[in-house]
Amino acid sequence: MSIITPEIQAAIGRSSDPVRERVTRRDIRKYAVATGNQTAKYLQGDVAPPMFHVAFVWGVVPLDQLTPDGVSVDTLLPKFPLERAMAGGLEIEYCKPIHPGDWLTATRTLTDVYEKAGRSGPLLFYEIVMLVTNDKQEVVIREKTTRILR
Amino acid sequence: MNVTVGDTLPERSHTPDNVQLMLYNAALWNGHRIHFDAPYATDVEGYPGLVIAGPLLGDWLNQVVEIWLADEGVLTSIEYSNRIACYIGETLTAGGTVTQVKGKEITIEVFIKNESGEIVTPGTARARING
Repeated sequence: MSIITPEIQAAIGRSSDPVRERVTRRDIRKYAVATGNQTAKYLQGDVAPPMFHVAFVWGVVPLDQLTPDGVSVDTLLPKFPLERAMAGGLEIEYCKPIHPGDWLTATRTLTDVYEKAGRSGPLLFYEIVMLVTNDKQEVVIREKTTRILR
Repeated sequence: MNVTVGDTLPERSHTPDNVQLMLYNAALWNGHRIHFDAPYATDVEGYPGLVIAGPLLGDWLNQVVEIWLADEGVLTSIEYSNRIACYIGETLTAGGTVTQVKGKEITIEVFIKNESGEIVTPGTARARING
């Protein structure tokens, strides 16, 4: 019997509200320093290093919406019957460079949920695709996250 | 830039400390306690120490490729997965090997390994060589 309920099935294809933010030189510099990057153009904030978008799109939610362990709940996801997270993966396509002053819009879509038989029970996989676009509607970053629950 | 299958990238090591991990998670706005609250990480979650954030390991895969490319190519995509958790105090080493060259498009198998030599974060990067 499938662990994927009609409610979960119905959530596939659901998208988050787009989030639009402006890239600042300071945010790029902080990210470059924190990741140990040694490249001058990133440390100066002239252009964003790869994976800067991870910091750029991270949800800024009120403190009372964080769980006691400090995590923000992903409202894009339905209630899953399995909760223990296993290794996940990320695929990122870099389509356009990101510069200070750019306005970028991120939209996340739950694109798939499926199950597989694991050694000690069912495994649930879900995939979220995030598109980061600029104001010309060009895709700047395409990212797919896959997470596994058991 | 002359690239051949089998070429290896110069390895680069990282030994992040509490300050770097805190600044990284602050840059993300990530308040997950396992990255900064040592008693919580060990006593409540049962980890051996503060957990290094998974995307920070992913970032180092990007960096090791970009350092090797220098100004002679651009990173076009990367995929990776965090397979084994890593903790503050560990030294982690990023590296890679070119596995495919098709004209200007190259594929590099990349990794982060721990001090035991285990691959904690395997990945695949693609790049385009200039010219």
